Amino acid sequence: MPVFLKEEDISLVLCGEAGQGIQTVEAILAQAVKQSGYNIFSTKEYMSRVRGGQNSTEIRVSSHRVASYVDRIDILLALSSGAIDHLRDRISRDTLIIGDPEHIKSAKEEKTAGFSLDSNFIEVPLMETAQEMGGPIFANVIAAGALSCLLNIPKEIFDGLISDMFTRKGQEILQKDLKAGEAGYNMGKGLMESEKAPIHLSLHGKSSVRDELLINGTDAMGFGCLAGGCRFMSSYPMTPSTPLQTFLASNAHDFELVYEQAEDEIAAINMALGASYAGARSIVATSGSGFALMEEGVGLSGMIETPVVICIGQRPGPAVGLPTRTSQEDLNLALYSGPGEFSRVIFAPGKLEDAFTLTQRAFNIAEKYQIPVFILFDQYFADCYYNIPFLPLEEVENENYLVKTTPEYKRYLITHDGVTPRGIPGYGDGLVVVDSDEHDEEGHITEDLKIRTRMVDKRLQKMEQIREDAVAPELVGEDDYHSLIIGWGSTYWPIREALENISRKHPEEKLGFLHFKQVYPFHKSVAEYLEKAEDVIILENNAQGQMANLIKLETGFEIQEKFLKYDGMPFSVEEVQERVMKFMGMGDDGIMEDDSAQDEGEVLK
Amino acid sequence: MKPRDFDMPGADVAWCAGCGNLSILRSLKTALAELEIQPENLVFVSGIGQAGKLPHYIKGNVFNGLHGRSLSPATGIKAANPELTVIDVSGDGCMYGEGGNHFMHTIRRNPDITNLVHNNMVYGLTKGQASPTSQRDFNTPLQVDGVFLEPFNPLAVAIALNASFVARVFSGDRKQTIEIFKSAIEHKGYALVDIFQPCVTFNKVNTRNWFREHTYYLEDDHDPLDRNEAFRRATETGEYPLGIFYKNSKKSTFEENLSIYQEEKTPLFQRKFHRGKLQALMESKR
Ligand SMILES: Cc1ncc(C[n+]2csc(CCOP(=O)(O)OP(=O)(O)O)c2C)c(N)n1
Ligand code: SF4
Repeated sequence: MPVFLKEEDISLVLCGEAGQGIQTVEAILAQAVKQSGYNIFSTKEYMSRVRGGQNSTEIRVSSHRVASYVDRIDILLALSSGAIDHLRDRISRDTLIIGDPEHIKSAKEEKTAGFSLDSNFIEVPLMETAQEMGGPIFANVIAAGALSCLLNIPKEIFDGLISDMFTRKGQEILQKDLKAGEAGYNMGKGLMESEKAPIHLSLHGKSSVRDELLINGTDAMGFGCLAGGCRFMSSYPMTPSTPLQTFLASNAHDFELVYEQAEDEIAAINMALGASYAGARSIVATSGSGFALMEEGVGLSGMIETPVVICIGQRPGPAVGLPTRTSQEDLNLALYSGPGEFSRVIFAPGKLEDAFTLTQRAFNIAEKYQIPVFILFDQYFADCYYNIPFLPLEEVENENYLVKTTPEYKRYLITHDGVTPRGIPGYGDGLVVVDSDEHDEEGHITEDLKIRTRMVDKRLQKMEQIREDAVAPELVGEDDYHSLIIGWGSTYWPIREALENISRKHPEEKLGFLHFKQVYPFHKSVAEYLEKAEDVIILENNAQGQMANLIKLETGFEIQEKFLKYDGMPFSVEEVQERVMKFMGMGDDGIMEDDSAQDEGEVLK
Repeated sequence: MKPRDFDMPGADVAWCAGCGNLSILRSLKTALAELEIQPENLVFVSGIGQAGKLPHYIKGNVFNGLHGRSLSPATGIKAANPELTVIDVSGDGCMYGEGGNHFMHTIRRNPDITNLVHNNMVYGLTKGQASPTSQRDFNTPLQVDGVFLEPFNPLAVAIALNASFVARVFSGDRKQTIEIFKSAIEHKGYALVDIFQPCVTFNKVNTRNWFREHTYYLEDDHDPLDRNEAFRRATETGEYPLGIFYKNSKKSTFEENLSIYQEEKTPLFQRKFHRGKLQALMESKR
């Protein structure tokens, strides 16, 4: 039975138990794919356990740029007996399931007995070969080799990567891994040549892709921190913010910054505020439950007008929720956190470039206005990798907002715009007094109610200028749209790819996509964009439409159509496409064929 | 320098007449003047409570933050600029109650800061509830059956955690208080000074006289390097010893352990942006 696969854009899914080395396969394949000149996107979903369970990684290998999650599985590499069951909903009759006989046995039997699973199975003796190579630990490298061969990845590239990865483990281990990779390649060759199941893939590589950056959301934010002059991070581990903490800790030596694992989130934000008071650009990273503990510190930042950048990696709640899944449920938490009233800014990156630029900007905006600035991201965003040409480091400019104090210095001098030049202790001859109680211009406690009112006004007045500085939403698609899709944060690429697929099929439809990367306060263009549309739909990874509610609050515009997903998984391109088609009254003629872009330059810029 | 150099002109001191805080303030000014510390180089960090207001009444930079949290910003300040002299001023509720976790972990970190805790065995600012150091049978509007919890023993806990400097003073004895403040401030590393202090308004049991009658000084031959002995003395009750219980000068401080200060001491805000290094790091992802 011949198997025909999409030629230009392949969705490859690896699924197995935690601890089986799927990450190694992912790491090798991702690099190999890029070095061969193909575009790559990868995303993982995993259970909250260190061993066992079923975890999967989707790797899209494509001739054109790809940056979003699809439900479709073209090739499934099943590395455990539970893998097929775990992904059952995403397996179609076009899915090619490759696996060890023992791992695909029950699913295959089901099929022979005439049951539901109508797919193509290919058995490969992964475990047996691994045993021959020296033990089950080699199964992941063999698998990586077999898949690399199927993807036409030159053997030299593969061997180079294996060497990079295993050289430090010693010659003996390296040689064994190289041999395991070779065995994998032979396995792959066998599959391509076998009469029974010929596999044809014909991707078009591009040498320019080879030189691109391959990073994930965490890396992009981490680079943004370094670019923004971050000098101090205190935090407490919590998924999915831990990788960002690891990123900064591992770069602390080279970039002269302090990372401290605080005893809890309360200490973390207070420590960061102390460091910031002493002049260091400071950041904390956490997730919803951890942030709940930081809320009092957010109020302190607001009251003492001391900058801090707060990264919240969203995951489903309430409380500890689904620790390893994704969501956009903490917009309200960030928006309303902290007692009292004061100014704040919230960013939510959608693309890697946004993450870099907005994180760097977060430090400048925090310093400029002496406020807490939030970056809302999520598990999906933090963990997905794809290749991009560059990050705009040359454009980075860090303004210095610190002043040398004089003996007359007043930390809270009332100014025309609410912003007092910021002094820090030990720089100049003045004294810098900050207080969490209401205070006078010098920073000393006061219960003078007139001063109180003026100080509240001062802290809120900054909002005017902050609004002027707001980052505009990004409009994708037709300028004269009739229908408008709204999204924010990490839903950018799934929505954008879906929109492009629809537009390609129905060029007559005037469809636009408005993506918010600054979710509070809004840029002044927002209301106009909304008013211009005949119909508006919003997509959010939460159950209440928190962004839709905020839009209503800020602009008065009520969005009727909402597509809300809160099962812990990101939107897939297919489901966005289907829902948007329905929204546009195009009936439910099902999921459209995902035909690949002819010219990448035209589609994705 | 003179204690007067630390006066805050126009300070609106909101403490009751006769409160132990007043003598602590005076002693602290004297100690700082004798040590010739410039107010511009000094940062007082405090939480919330009567004790927490002290930084407003003395000349220096001030970070008056949240209840129980003062040690965290103090640590951050010292780590961002080790050239500053950082003094944390708290109450017993603030430090040992709300801030108990930070108390424990700051001792483990050992930043070079001085931690003065005004221990009046009661909550002053919120008007007379029990504090972690309140003694058994202390009656309050909230502890209607009297306190029946074991009082927190800050000295024993600090010594158990191998804090680098642990002392207790009584605010009424200014001469000794000044000397011990000076030793604590000069000490390299975290220095705890628990200060017995009468709250004349809400603690009618542990009064000035009570403290006088129930305290005595550690003998001249007490060896503050002997941790076991220090711990034993810290657990004495009934009669409470005063003085420097324990000192461990061999501990490296939090800042010393930070790699960024190994080669140069420049405060963080004065360090340059490494565009080239960042470029190279980004390039490594190609
Ligand atoms: C999070 C929080 N909880 C409660 C309070 C209210 N509060 C203010 S001071 C205080 C107790 C102060 O007691 P202590 O630290 O012993 O200081 P004292 O006033 O006796 O010097 C409390 C409970 C607060 N400000 N913040
Ligand atoms: S209430 Fe007690 S601690 Fe507070 S000022 Fe009065 S006497 Fe001092």
